[in-house]
Amino acid sequence: MSLDAAPGIVAITLVTVATLVIGTWGLRFSRTTSDFFVASRTVHPRLNASAIGGEYLSAASFLGVAGLVLLNGADMLWYPVGWTAGYLVLLVLVAAPLRRSGAYTLPDFAEARLGSRGVRSACSVLVVAIGWLYLLPQFQGAGLTLRSAVGAPTWVGPVIVGVVVLANVTSGGMRSITFVQAFQYWLKLTALLVPAAVLLVVWAGDSSPRPSGAGDWSVPLASGGGSGLYVTYSLIIATFLGTMGLPHVVVRFYTNPDGRAARRTTLVVLVLLGLFYLLPPVYGALGRVYAPELAATGRSDALVLELPRIMVDGLLGEVLTGMVTAGAFAAFLSTSSGLSIAVAGVLSQDVTGRAWWGRRLGGVSAFRVAAVVAVTVPCIVALLVPNLGVARAVGLAFAMAAATFCPLLLLGIWWRRLTSYGAVAGLAIGGLSSAVAIAWTVRTPAPSGWVDALMGQPAAWTVPLALLTMVVVSLGTRARVPDHADRFLVRLHTPETVDLDRG
Amino acid sequence: MPRPWRRRHLGTEADRATFRTLHNASLAAPPLRAGLTGESAERSIRHLHDLLGSPALALTDTAGPLAWHGHGQHHEEQCARLAAATVEVGRTRVFDRGDLPCDVAGCEIRSAVVSPLVTEERVVGTLQVFAAAPTAGLARAADEVALWVGAQLELAELDASRTRLMEAEVRAMRAQISPHFIYNSLGAIASFVRTDPDRARELLLEFADFTRYSFRRHGEYTTLAEELRSVERYLLLEQARFGDRLRVTLRIAPEVLPVAVPFLCIQPLVENAVRHGLESAEGGGSISIVARDQDQECVIEVEDDGVGEDPDVVRRALAGDAALDSVGLGNVDGRLRTTFGDDYGLVVETAPGAGTRVTVRVPKFAPGVHV
Repeated sequence: MSLDAAPGIVAITLVTVATLVIGTWGLRFSRTTSDFFVASRTVHPRLNASAIGGEYLSAASFLGVAGLVLLNGADMLWYPVGWTAGYLVLLVLVAAPLRRSGAYTLPDFAEARLGSRGVRSACSVLVVAIGWLYLLPQFQGAGLTLRSAVGAPTWVGPVIVGVVVLANVTSGGMRSITFVQAFQYWLKLTALLVPAAVLLVVWAGDSSPRPSGAGDWSVPLASGGGSGLYVTYSLIIATFLGTMGLPHVVVRFYTNPDGRAARRTTLVVLVLLGLFYLLPPVYGALGRVYAPELAATGRSDALVLELPRIMVDGLLGEVLTGMVTAGAFAAFLSTSSGLSIAVAGVLSQDVTGRAWWGRRLGGVSAFRVAAVVAVTVPCIVALLVPNLGVARAVGLAFAMAAATFCPLLLLGIWWRRLTSYGAVAGLAIGGLSSAVAIAWTVRTPAPSGWVDALMGQPAAWTVPLALLTMVVVSLGTRARVPDHADRFLVRLHTPETVDLDRG
Repeated sequence: MPRPWRRRHLGTEADRATFRTLHNASLAAPPLRAGLTGESAERSIRHLHDLLGSPALALTDTAGPLAWHGHGQHHEEQCARLAAATVEVGRTRVFDRGDLPCDVAGCEIRSAVVSPLVTEERVVGTLQVFAAAPTAGLARAADEVALWVGAQLELAELDASRTRLMEAEVRAMRAQISPHFIYNSLGAIASFVRTDPDRARELLLEFADFTRYSFRRHGEYTTLAEELRSVERYLLLEQARFGDRLRVTLRIAPEVLPVAVPFLCIQPLVENAVRHGLESAEGGGSISIVARDQDQECVIEVEDDGVGEDPDVVRRALAGDAALDSVGLGNVDGRLRTTFGDDYGLVVETAPGAGTRVTVRVPKFAPGVHV
């Protein structure tokens, strides 16, 4: 370990300690009676939006986007665009009705809407699948960050993040404490914004050189032909429609006092994410100028971490490196914690909380066992499977969410004739087709041709397929429309201010 | 030799007949626990039919048929008459060919055994067994099954009255804002009218808001925010009376404020804490109310540092012993259990001289629970 490692180690230690400390002791609202009506202080949409941003911006956003832009150019800007625009769809079609449904998790929504335990179980399986798929690249990204910052072997990162997340989740720390998550957003933004500003100044002082051979690189859809166009559209569908199906995002909407606040929160999220996603492409473009060799050696995901040191010498470079390392680590920790809690919640409710061999674990121990499983499984898999690239792996998680929960939410909220049979069939078709596509992609190291394109970016065919299955099967099982469907939809779509018997 | 083993394993022929009967009875029971309605009759009659093994079976209320199972459905229109005749005498009657006119060729229904379904000494319907010939065995079987169905319906009545009692308790709870509290609050407010008219006016408005919330009529559930707001008003009024003797700490995680909770499920706990924790203690005491976010649940703790209580007394209060002073405790516990299931009852930690802590856990989502 060389002196190079110092800023990285300091940054990672600081972020880890801060996360654990804030999580454990927390920010506890304590008031005496001189200061009354704490109960009216619900979480403000602005704070909640920062918290959503903090949990949402993962390693894929922090590291992956810049790497993809460096590697593949302007086409890859659809990733940040889609990850932001997903909230637009959420805002217009889902946010307020989902809040008014009173559901905390996606399985809750399915159960409340369709009155069926079967749909609930199907949703629980999918939450775990999507959660693990999303956790995988977080752990792999952590390995990458530690290798790049400290020179540690690749397996160290996943293990460290896994242990910290587990300690955090099981000790009860960071459990959806809004303030902690909101802090994470601003930490990540600062960690990316300040170095980017300095690097832009350096670049301007360097008489603003242009990237060499930028022809195809800076023009969207310049290569790839028909399948390239397909991949782009499919990516758009996956990211636009997948956001609403992410388990750790949906639970945050429960914190809003009503549907209106849920919409306002989503609006602020759009602004915050729009702001954040301006930055990774800057790193990608600067990397094209100063560090094209990273793309050639297949280390493009490490671009954000290495660029400050490449462009700036001396102490300033070390400080900037420390900042981005801290930001990246914060990204792993917050997203992994949120996802692990979501997965562990589902596991503790439907697996470890059940009676096994005549014994039944209590609430807290069931949750702890579930948390261990929720973290360990993706951690081990992260060490075993090849690295797909952080952003692409996250893209597959989005594709799966889009092909399963998006049809369920859209039809559940906007179509009264959805039945539990239709929902289960659609979820099964969407989930299985996505799983096949993901398995195919993992086994294909060098994608080429139409089949690989269809499998590598499956949302464009899996989403319509799942949607169609749900509609057709629901129409075929008309008699099974739940009795309370009309009443439930009235509740979803009537603003809280309207005086109405919602019984 | 697998055969003898299997025989021994499953019991004799008689044993197996018993098992079949018990199994059929257990299948018929759940629908009947909803009371005697068209739907419950429809759902249970198939199993009752298996139990009796006759060609046809009907369930009626005192007015007319609710469900028919088996052959010869054209006889269903005669059910009402048979029912009326049986209800009149109040015991099992046998009807023969003459009472069942029929012009369908080959119809095997020639007689009927009709037994009244009796719950709490009142005939609520009849069980009608149709067969080719009325045997003594059939009459006996019909009688026994009718008795059993009557017992199930009685249990249904019990369920219904338990629910009604629960609802009445909730209503009583609202009416039960203790008269002492009203008297004491008004007294305390009156003492400010001359010395501090502004404060008196504020307190009076709080009092008005508090009573409006407590006496509201619609809705079984409310948000934790609303409930806590009412608790805060209550404490404000109590503080007007006790002054510095009552110290209150609130620590509320804002994330759990939107959780739906049963109406008036915290306020009685706080009232208990004030009463037991403070009124009997010298030099006042402190109360703390904590609401924490715990993933899929919200945890609310109401704690006082007062005289505490004998755990046995609390146990009796939770079991619903009306003679005790802690009326609210058993009521809140019962309502939480009926709403969220037995995992979510109150947890009370107390001992004489050690204060009391009452913990409520509420799931963030439960089917059918919404504001």
